[in-house]
Amino acid sequence: MALKTWKELPIGCVVSEPGSASEYHTGSWRSQRPVWNDAKCIKCGICYVFCPEGCVQQAENGFFKANLDYCKGCGICAHECWPRAISMVEEG
Amino acid sequence: MGKRVGLEVTVAVAEAVALCRIDMAGGYPITPQSHIAEHLSNLVADGVLDAEFVTVESEHSAMSAVIGASATGARSYTATASQGLLLMNELLPIASAMRLPICMAIANRAVSGPLNILNDHSDIMPQRDTGWITLFAENGQEAVDLSIQAFKIAEHKDVMLPVCVNIDGFQLTHMVEPVEMPTQEEVDKFLPPFAPHATLHPAKPVTMGAFAMSDYFAEIMKAKDEAIKNSKKVILEVWDEWGKMFGRNYKAVESYRAQDAEILMLTMGSMGETAQVAIDELRDKGIKAGLVKLRLWRPFPFEEIRAALKNAKKLIVTDRACSFGGPGGPVFSEIKSALYAGDHHPAIYNFIYGLGGRDVPVQDFTGMFEKVIADTDNKAKDTYEFWGVRE
Amino acid sequence: MNLVENFDLYAPRLINKKELFSAGHRACSGCAEVLAVRLMCKALGENTVIASATGCMEIVSSMFPTTAWEVPWIHVAFENAAAVASGVEAGLKALRRKGKVDDRYVKVVGMAGDGGTMDIGIQALSGAMERGHDMIYVCFDNEAYMNTGIQRSSGTPMGASTTTAPAGKVSMGQKTWKKNMPEIMVAHNVPYVATACPSYPLDFIRKIEKAKSVKGPSYIHCFSVCPTGWRCPSHLAISMGRLAVETGVFPLFEVENGHYRLSPDMPKKLRPIRDYFKAQGRFRHLTDEEISMIQERVNTEHKKITEKAKYLKTGNE
Ligand SMILES: Cc1ncc(C[n+]2csc(CCOP(=O)(O)OP(=O)(O)O)c2C)c(N)n1
Ligand code: SF4
Ligand code: SF4
Ligand code: SF4
Ligand SMILES: [Mg+2]
Repeated sequence: MALKTWKELPIGCVVSEPGSASEYHTGSWRSQRPVWNDAKCIKCGICYVFCPEGCVQQAENGFFKANLDYCKGCGICAHECWPRAISMVEEG
Repeated sequence: MGKRVGLEVTVAVAEAVALCRIDMAGGYPITPQSHIAEHLSNLVADGVLDAEFVTVESEHSAMSAVIGASATGARSYTATASQGLLLMNELLPIASAMRLPICMAIANRAVSGPLNILNDHSDIMPQRDTGWITLFAENGQEAVDLSIQAFKIAEHKDVMLPVCVNIDGFQLTHMVEPVEMPTQEEVDKFLPPFAPHATLHPAKPVTMGAFAMSDYFAEIMKAKDEAIKNSKKVILEVWDEWGKMFGRNYKAVESYRAQDAEILMLTMGSMGETAQVAIDELRDKGIKAGLVKLRLWRPFPFEEIRAALKNAKKLIVTDRACSFGGPGGPVFSEIKSALYAGDHHPAIYNFIYGLGGRDVPVQDFTGMFEKVIADTDNKAKDTYEFWGVRE
Repeated sequence: MNLVENFDLYAPRLINKKELFSAGHRACSGCAEVLAVRLMCKALGENTVIASATGCMEIVSSMFPTTAWEVPWIHVAFENAAAVASGVEAGLKALRRKGKVDDRYVKVVGMAGDGGTMDIGIQALSGAMERGHDMIYVCFDNEAYMNTGIQRSSGTPMGASTTTAPAGKVSMGQKTWKKNMPEIMVAHNVPYVATACPSYPLDFIRKIEKAKSVKGPSYIHCFSVCPTGWRCPSHLAISMGRLAVETGVFPLFEVENGHYRLSPDMPKKLRPIRDYFKAQGRFRHLTDEEISMIQERVNTEHKKITEKAKYLKTGNE
């Protein structure tokens, strides 16, 4: 995104696009990624609740997946998933 | 036309602010400002003014709360002095960067130490670079008029900046003066409802006070500087409109018997009235003395100052504060920098006086003139003098 | 692992699906403080205005010209979140009364870290609570000044090593007991005070919802695990919070009009604090003796809160 000139700045630097931080992809910070094994998943949603990025999403079929644009690879979802349906694998 | 009434200036200012139909005020006691807060709370308690009066636990919180309220789109006001203003200092550049049109009265009082409750300008001078439009009242009527004009200036869509009105503590705040109070209808006609540039409300969620790194900070500062510089145009328009409506005319720089004066004095605030008496006395003695009064401190009226001083051979700049170990009085250093760019360079003298409420009678002003007249080398002086201190 | 015991299965379905705090924020990987913020926003819903103090959560969420916030949000300075929130509340109240904004109820929330709440911001907070503004104040307590590099605050626990109270040859690190901020708020006689932790998300959300329903000031003290400052692996952030509760280091309770109630998540029997300390680098230097000294204090404090819950019970006015 091109940087704004001083004349283009909104008055008082008010940011009027809610949630625009999502333009920035934190996925590049990651050294590990979570991988779901749906066969073990009981669809409890705990991974969704505990993800600090709010990037775990439920698909149509009820199973969960991380949006890797944002996943920082913290490993919380894998650690908290009680049926051990998520494993962390090194980014290649 | 409003009635002419005798009122203590603080009370008159509070009445004027109530006429502006503020939505919120934050108040905290400090002499000599307290009567403004007290009178505003009276007006709220009596149902005359429909506003939230928040009795905060410090001036830091007063400014914080007023910022919060202004950010919701509420017309917001506070008043303070001295230590209270210094406590607010952290928040003043934030209010201006957020472009919140807050209005504030400052009942100018010396800052500690030692503790002193009386008048000088050492409280407002350290706020010089906070990005607030800064006005000085000379008498009760001006305090009232400027307090109302302040909202119109601050809230103008091309300005959106906070404004402070400086009213010399005790010397002015506690005087009972005859003032003409505009009527509610007149103020309603003069001052349109506040139309904020953005508000904190779920109807349209915005983020205010975001964090900016070096990629944006300089642009943001430049935008603020341009905004305050451009506010002068609006200030002059507002004064013009006021003059037409109320017959009282305001200028960034006022002159008194200055047209043909060879020696000029410059004052800011309530001292102008005494200095005027001194000018009359000097004129009676055949001395070509004149007075220039600075009403607008920020944005600084460079052209108006150069125009007002263009005929003077000698110039006495008076200051009510000192930049210790620096260039002397803050007004002095500003005037010098204004003159540097022009081609007229009068011999210039700086007296720092009236500190911590020290009385300044007419003889002191005539004394300053006499001292400067006696100086015959006619060169610009780069020094300043504490007037009237015991050696 | 007692997760499933303590966590209603499929309970997330009860949680507001809408994210009001967006991804793309710059919090460290595994930050439980930002998780708490995310969950708080879900519990608050859209009709909210938040005033935030300077600190990690402010910096990570508001990198100009973007924002992670989807609710109206303002940041002014470090020590004044409660004062700003009180002004927002007053402003909205006046505007609503005068018909200048639409006639909906908006909850105002002040938020700050432990430093912004318990140290530099305590005066503004005390003032706002005493004045009775209709607002929630949430302290996100990660037990140090994290944003400036892990310096000690009055919220740092005894024995923790920080950059200004480091462990050294002759020092055990922090030499003072954590300030009891929730009790200071209880002493303000506000209608609702609660402690919470995002490791217990339903309890946390319920408490925020309760605070939201209170007309008047309420205070929530949220224990927020900071893997960076506590020097623990990021994947343990949730379990660290759970261990703090299970060891009694951070009891979960609420105080409604002076009546205490322990959260149902509180254990009947405390685990030893060593279980909580061992995964955290900030406690690694502690000797057995020092740990027993801290253990004793935790036991005493736990007894105190249990007794309060017993004798100052909720619901029998
Ligand atoms: C008046 C003032 N003093 C100091 C700072 C520097 N400062 C900014 S954030 C911060 C630490 C915040 O700590 P805390 O409130 O615990 O929040 P955390 O970052 O840990 O979430 C400090 C010391 C400041 N911004 N303003
Ligand atoms: S926590 Fe595990 S079991 Fe539960 S929904 Fe996520 S992947 Fe499935
Ligand atoms: S690894 Fe962390 S960031 Fe990635 S999906 Fe799991 S909880 Fe979210
Ligand atoms: S330092 Fe701690 S609290 Fe701050 S963003 Fe990182 S993990 Fe979160
Ligand atoms: Mg902290």
